[in-house]
Amino acid sequence: MISQDMGLFLIFLSAMIVNNILLIRFIALCSFFGISNSMQTSVGMGFAVVFVMIMATTISWLVYHYLLVPFDLLYLRTASFILTIATFVQLEEMFIRKMFPPLYRAMGIYLPLIVVNCAVLAAAFLVIDYNLGLVKSLIYTLGVGFGYFFAIVMFAGIRERTNMAPISKSFQGYPIAFITASLMSLAFLGFKGLFGL
Amino acid sequence: MILMILIPVLVLGLLGVAFAALLAVSNKTFAVQVNPKLEAVLAALPGSNCGACGFAGCLGYAEAVVAVKAGVNGCLVGGSSAAARIAEIMGTAAEFREQEVAFVACRAGRSISRTKFEYEGVADCQAAAVLFGGDKSCAWGCLGLRSCERACTFDAIHVNEEGVAVVDRAKCTGCTKCVKSCPRDLIYMVPKSQAVLVACMNHDRGKRAKEVCDIACTACKICEKNCPDDAIHVIDNLAVIDFAKCTQCNICVEKCPQTTIINNARAAGRVGGTAEPVAAGAGRE
Repeated sequence: MISQDMGLFLIFLSAMIVNNILLIRFIALCSFFGISNSMQTSVGMGFAVVFVMIMATTISWLVYHYLLVPFDLLYLRTASFILTIATFVQLEEMFIRKMFPPLYRAMGIYLPLIVVNCAVLAAAFLVIDYNLGLVKSLIYTLGVGFGYFFAIVMFAGIRERTNMAPISKSFQGYPIAFITASLMSLAFLGFKGLFGL
Repeated sequence: MILMILIPVLVLGLLGVAFAALLAVSNKTFAVQVNPKLEAVLAALPGSNCGACGFAGCLGYAEAVVAVKAGVNGCLVGGSSAAARIAEIMGTAAEFREQEVAFVACRAGRSISRTKFEYEGVADCQAAAVLFGGDKSCAWGCLGLRSCERACTFDAIHVNEEGVAVVDRAKCTGCTKCVKSCPRDLIYMVPKSQAVLVACMNHDRGKRAKEVCDIACTACKICEKNCPDDAIHVIDNLAVIDFAKCTQCNICVEKCPQTTIINNARAAGRVGGTAEPVAAGAGRE
């Protein structure tokens, strides 16, 4: 478990590998299966998730600690976080479109998808649950984001291979993808307890 | 009691109002001026993002057109109708070019072609071509492992039961994706009106060509001698039609002893299959 007195690197490692958001926590599986058809789209989605997650956690951490805690409104956490994340994804989309057109073209179609991505909300919640400070929250979120990136890109690589393999008809498509994902998840379970995490 | 309701309502309400204001302001600040022509051009394009125009998707091409960096007739899929609409938007004259369709220059199915070995690897033409050049004895034969079929986004090319890829000319949009997918370079673009075609890519000399396939071009030059328009020539042991000169008189189709030259429009059933002309030709052993 994450605690406040852990080092930054351990926090990062825990978020990325040991408690991988996709393969251990099983959060955001919709995009994990939906976008992982090709390497190119998964890399795009992975970077977009890392980017949005960092922004969303920063803002929602500030909202939580400087708005909800003083007014003693902790039960409004879910509603206010959803509001915050939806707003800031919109804002980021506009900003990127104006400032970095090539990045927008590469990432643009994934940004609206991320609004409804539960991993972003999960990361924002987890840092609150672990009671982390802002810097540690950001490191943790970075780890979650790269964990997502890492898992989806590996999965896309395997899926590109299984698409070519002779698989019996009843297993083609999603069934074999689910089996692949479950085996990957089992492999990641091997990291459980690493460094006492 | 009233405060217990009022405070959360106010906090969340103000948060919402603040975010809404922020979005409204940034919508103005970060507004991107989009050329209205760009959207019109984009709407005139098929939107399949096939990349046959040489740009990254339909948006890339539309941007190039609006910036007058690309001609109005660059979209192969949209053809003349898209070119006319884009020309109208851009206020320039449309120069049409005839639509092209893909053609697979092999119709030697499993029952006529010969094989060197049994291939049991990955069902993909690239993979098969890497392994000793594929299982077909003819180094230019269609491997029939559906790489082109998978590359096609328009469901226009299919490997038939004989194991040879055949283009559905009605569905083919000329995007050239299958051309790039073929490791044998068997697929090339022909004008849509051109029906007389040489369905072979074999560059072997006559004897060797006959050994590997019953319907290969043996470079006998009968077509070249009989052509009234000087439109067909044997180049590097393979008959090649000059589409600019060919009048599609069908003389070469009738004279070809190997039935290699075909008329796509007249005998569509012959393409890629083992219809009677092949059976009438030199039989196997």
